Amino acid sequence: MTEQMILRIEDLYKSFGDHEVLKGISLSLNKGETKVVVGPSGTGKSTMLNNINMLIPPDQGRIYLEDVDVTTTTDLTKIRQEIGFVFQDFGLFDHLTARDNVMIGLTRVKKMAGKEAAELAMLELRRVGLEKHAGQYPAELSGGQKQRVGIARALAMQPKLILFDEPTSALDPELIGEVLTVMKNLARDGMTMLIVSHEMGFARTVSDQIIFMENGVIVEQGSPEQLFNNPQQERTREFLFKLTDLYGEGGG
Amino acid sequence: MSDLLNIFSTAYPRLLEGLGITLVLTVIPMVLGTLFGVGLALGKIYGNRILSGFITVFIEIIRGTPLLVQLFILYFSLPPYGIRLSALTAALIGFTINSGAYQAEYLRGSIQSVSSGQLKAALSIGMSRWQGIFYIILPQALRRVIPSWTNEFIYLLKYTSLAYIIGAQELMGQARFVASRNFEFFKVYLIAAVIYLLLVLVLTAVFNRLERRYRIPGFDYKR
Amino acid sequence: MEGALVTLRLFIAGLGLGVVLGIPLAFGQIYGNKLIRGLIAVYERVLRSIPLLVILFLLYYGLPLLGIRFPPMVAAILGLGLRSSAYQSQIFRGAILSISESQLKAALSLGMTGIQAFFHIILPQAIRIAIPPFANEAAIVLKDTSLAYALGVIELLRQGYYVMTNTAEPLAVFVAIGAIYFVMTVSINTGLARVEKGLKIPGIGVEEGIG
Repeated sequence: MTEQMILRIEDLYKSFGDHEVLKGISLSLNKGETKVVVGPSGTGKSTMLNNINMLIPPDQGRIYLEDVDVTTTTDLTKIRQEIGFVFQDFGLFDHLTARDNVMIGLTRVKKMAGKEAAELAMLELRRVGLEKHAGQYPAELSGGQKQRVGIARALAMQPKLILFDEPTSALDPELIGEVLTVMKNLARDGMTMLIVSHEMGFARTVSDQIIFMENGVIVEQGSPEQLFNNPQQERTREFLFKLTDLYGEGGG
Repeated sequence: MSDLLNIFSTAYPRLLEGLGITLVLTVIPMVLGTLFGVGLALGKIYGNRILSGFITVFIEIIRGTPLLVQLFILYFSLPPYGIRLSALTAALIGFTINSGAYQAEYLRGSIQSVSSGQLKAALSIGMSRWQGIFYIILPQALRRVIPSWTNEFIYLLKYTSLAYIIGAQELMGQARFVASRNFEFFKVYLIAAVIYLLLVLVLTAVFNRLERRYRIPGFDYKR
Repeated sequence: MEGALVTLRLFIAGLGLGVVLGIPLAFGQIYGNKLIRGLIAVYERVLRSIPLLVILFLLYYGLPLLGIRFPPMVAAILGLGLRSSAYQSQIFRGAILSISESQLKAALSLGMTGIQAFFHIILPQAIRIAIPPFANEAAIVLKDTSLAYALGVIELLRQGYYVMTNTAEPLAVFVAIGAIYFVMTVSINTGLARVEKGLKIPGIGVEEGIG
């Protein structure tokens, strides 16, 4: 079995003013893998994701997408096309319908013909179960629907990897399930995903690996069984225990 | 610069007198205009259809025509009917009506932003409709309208300069007088500009401070 | 009726100048460095604090001192335009800033350049948001063209004044003048309201404040 490495992060550092958010993060992701990053809020998880596609450039460290160094690339827009990003607050374009939200990257960035882009957009909307809502504007969609459009928009670009930044944190509890289901299907279909999430049940059943981050460092990473049943660090055990208590096993 | 100071040192009694009239032309119409505006807004919202329609047309006409035209009507058009207003009186009346119409619209928006449940609640404890309006709705609406009111104050302060065109001796009128004597039009108007600028900056700062000091929790507004 | 045409010319040129200056000012306020932002803030503050009449006089009497001579009409247009640019800059800035940061990030994450993101994502929304306050500003500029009267520009009001001195009917004349202005302001408002409605998208611009 040949493992093809999609993403490799080496020794990432980032500070905002005096506040050091990331203190040497390294991790890697193989093709088809799903890894879930967990940890208390304010520990740099989101900053790390934003570093990966350079929405927030890191101070130090290297990020490789396959064999391209993202931090020094001269064609950042090309890299970003290959990295999907799903935002906590959706980031949908409010002046565009669901379909046009999915299309705009294809027509404007990939310069795809309108008809072809529309077909692809509908295909991706169907994949997230929203083909009936293609003509609606973001303001007319529920939070769960908005996030599914956000996922379809990322998928349409045919990325090598999708980053999810707390995709269900802004959702009402009853809407979380529909988004997690979509993500689970993606994992099953072999999409490569790096997910920041508090959904423990989801992390446990879907991820190949859970990464526990705290205070800007990775405390521990391993398979779900290992982290849940036999954590090496006391902090990991405490945190997972608390979080499972707080959020339950919901969505699993 | 020393030139400006020279001009100012000889002209300041007149300019200060003009400034006094400018302030009179601002403050009196603001006070009267507020009362007028409250009346218009209440009539528009709670009056019967005829009254409400009449007020709406009135407000739209005032807001849809230049203030200067309104001053001209008051000052130049009434003498044939035996009504001779001095420039100052015409300006006071014109500014009051104009400001009242604008304030009525701000207040209407503010009244309508107070939830209708409040009036229902007032009725439910046995108040009459007008009691509910005066004791419950209006106090809240007036607080919410304060930012618009202070804007309107600054706006009117600047527009009192129009009174000069019909001959009132406010700041601009006096500046004109001074300039027509020493022929330093630009420099005299520059001094007038600085006076207006300082006045507006100081008033804005004072209003902001007052708004902050008398803020009531839950009455934060979105501009 | 010539006066009405002059008034329209003042209005269009003044408002147009305001747009042409207001847009770069808004950009400078948002994307400029500290120095640029500070200068623009002072420019806006001063022009918003001085009565238009004073601005007109300063231009009319001041620029000849610098060796620039121009007719009152030009001074009036400059004054209206400069002052309006200070207000319009704020309108445009507010509209641009009201588009959420996450939409910009999302656009970049799709591989758009900053310029693409501005034109395809921010601008289409900002225009819609700016229309109601812009209509308001347009009506103000139209009404304030009457101040050109004070510079001797023969616009609608001054023409009315001349007519009045030749007839004994001042009330009829000025009411008629008022009616012409009224028709113009209402046309502007309904015209722009129609544009706004034509461009309407659910969820954009619904948060318009009171009044």
